[in-house]
Amino acid sequence: MSLGRLAIHACLLGLSVLFLLPLILLVSASLSSEGDISRYGFSLVPRTPTLAAYQYVLQDPGLILTAYAVTITVTLIGTFAGVMIMAMLAYPLSRPDFSWRGPLSFIVFFTLLFSGGLVPLYILVTHYLQIQDTLWSLILPYLVMPWYVFLLRAYFSSLPRELIDAAKVDGAGEWRIFFQVVVPLSRPGLATVALFCALTYWNDWYLALLFINIPALVPLQYLLYQISTNIQTLQTSSQAFGVVVPALSAQMAIAVLAIGPITLAFLAVQRHFISGITLGGVKGD
Amino acid sequence: MPWSWLARSRGWRANFDTERSKSNAALLLMMVPGLVVLFVFAYLPMFGIIIAFKDFRAYQGVLGSRWVGLQNFYYLFGTDDARRIVVNTLGMNALFIAAVLVAALGIALLLREVQSSNRWFAKFYQSTLFFPYLFSYVIINYFVFALLDTSNGLVNHTITALGGQPVSWYQSPQYWPVILTLITVWKNAGFWSIVYLAGMIAINPEYYEAATLDGASKWRQIWRITLPLLKPLIIINVLLSIGRIFYADFGLFYQVTRNAPELYPTTDVIDTYVYRTLTTIGDVGMASAAGTFQAVVGFTLVLFSNWFVRRTERQSAIF
Repeated sequence: MSLGRLAIHACLLGLSVLFLLPLILLVSASLSSEGDISRYGFSLVPRTPTLAAYQYVLQDPGLILTAYAVTITVTLIGTFAGVMIMAMLAYPLSRPDFSWRGPLSFIVFFTLLFSGGLVPLYILVTHYLQIQDTLWSLILPYLVMPWYVFLLRAYFSSLPRELIDAAKVDGAGEWRIFFQVVVPLSRPGLATVALFCALTYWNDWYLALLFINIPALVPLQYLLYQISTNIQTLQTSSQAFGVVVPALSAQMAIAVLAIGPITLAFLAVQRHFISGITLGGVKGD
Repeated sequence: MPWSWLARSRGWRANFDTERSKSNAALLLMMVPGLVVLFVFAYLPMFGIIIAFKDFRAYQGVLGSRWVGLQNFYYLFGTDDARRIVVNTLGMNALFIAAVLVAALGIALLLREVQSSNRWFAKFYQSTLFFPYLFSYVIINYFVFALLDTSNGLVNHTITALGGQPVSWYQSPQYWPVILTLITVWKNAGFWSIVYLAGMIAINPEYYEAATLDGASKWRQIWRITLPLLKPLIIINVLLSIGRIFYADFGLFYQVTRNAPELYPTTDVIDTYVYRTLTTIGDVGMASAAGTFQAVVGFTLVLFSNWFVRRTERQSAIF
């Protein structure tokens, strides 16, 4: 290996370590004792590793379990419905023989260029639709994301036309062609969009910040936000007064519990993620 | 075409037309759910910008509220806030666009060099550098807090260990343009480097072979082959970013700064201002004036940047 190449490896390795540093710091903090943190600050390696913070957080896991349930429900419903609806929106736009292709593409595209912003959306949801404090308010606003519609349209356009024509000659209707020919052939494209939709729903706290006021519907990320602004959120009534909250390490422990699943999921599907980005980046324009 | 006479005959034509309109109807029906969602959550709010020209009262509704012309805008631009949020939004986004572009191209160039010889390593670097993209700003707030907290943060402990004075990061707005730029690069550079790497891999290797034969150095090849051939891709990405330069990343500015008022001089942007004015202060008029201003200027910027690209690099224009 040449010297130049070795230097490049050193650069990339150093950068990789630097990029992982915050994560290491977080995990280490969650494993540190409260006393160590207040004495020595957050450190990259716990001085006296302890699971005390996790024990504290998990002794009354109701809060976290509820948040997990909300997040999982929203992610599953939102991703499934979103991909389905976006694919059904994108497929006709990929068909050159579809008469209203032009104007309807523009209707979808225009939402990328112009948006009414927060105030009208807020008034619409709370005043007219009145779906605040329901799961709908966490799902519906993200259901159709125009970028992904165009990504899917590009994907559908790349499918061989002959397959659709052949199915037509066989007498299949448009719905049958879509569900039995197009969808099965487009699995990689649909999977990519599903991954990014799932990530959006899993990571969302914004809609909850705007529309959720009841504890039973607080998703995971919003719970974390509440804890970071007020550690007392963690202290539930079932705990005796006088129990000292390991505030700093417990915060970090709950953050680790929140990112655990997404990290594992990423390790499992990272290949698709990365190939999906290039699909969107190069084809999506 | 031997069969064209058939298509021209009346019966066939009619048959073909009903076939086509049946097909059109089915395809249109397929789009209905998506179009309904877009109508409710994108188009209705667009018409909602009329709120900015009204004295909105919840009990009167959007249509029933009184028209007040440009009054909300007079109030908005009468404050010092207006200038501050516009300057911050544009300035910070410009920093982010430049920094992410340079970092992503740099990383992609490095990855390109090890891509062919050390596949496993290349994959490892790529995944690691992409990893931060997965975190929400709520989580990133926890990371940054562990680094920057005044009494317990790693950064201050390192500074004091080296004999320096600790800094109250969350009360010192002057550092935040740099801090937020670093965070944006950390979160997004991996993602964009994958995009640019894909563009680099698509470049015909014969160019490089010829250049090497001519004795061109690696550095020269980057400037004369790689970057010029990536130009369309770079332009379209920068164009898209400039089109959105009037929209700030709400999560970054709201979560990561912990919404600390001391930091507003550099971190208060249009989006945080609109949110705060709407929910904390409850001034619908001011909030919607700022939001409408953002939407209109943002829209103009998209049209302008696209027009600009059409003039210079026609095939890269979006529309």
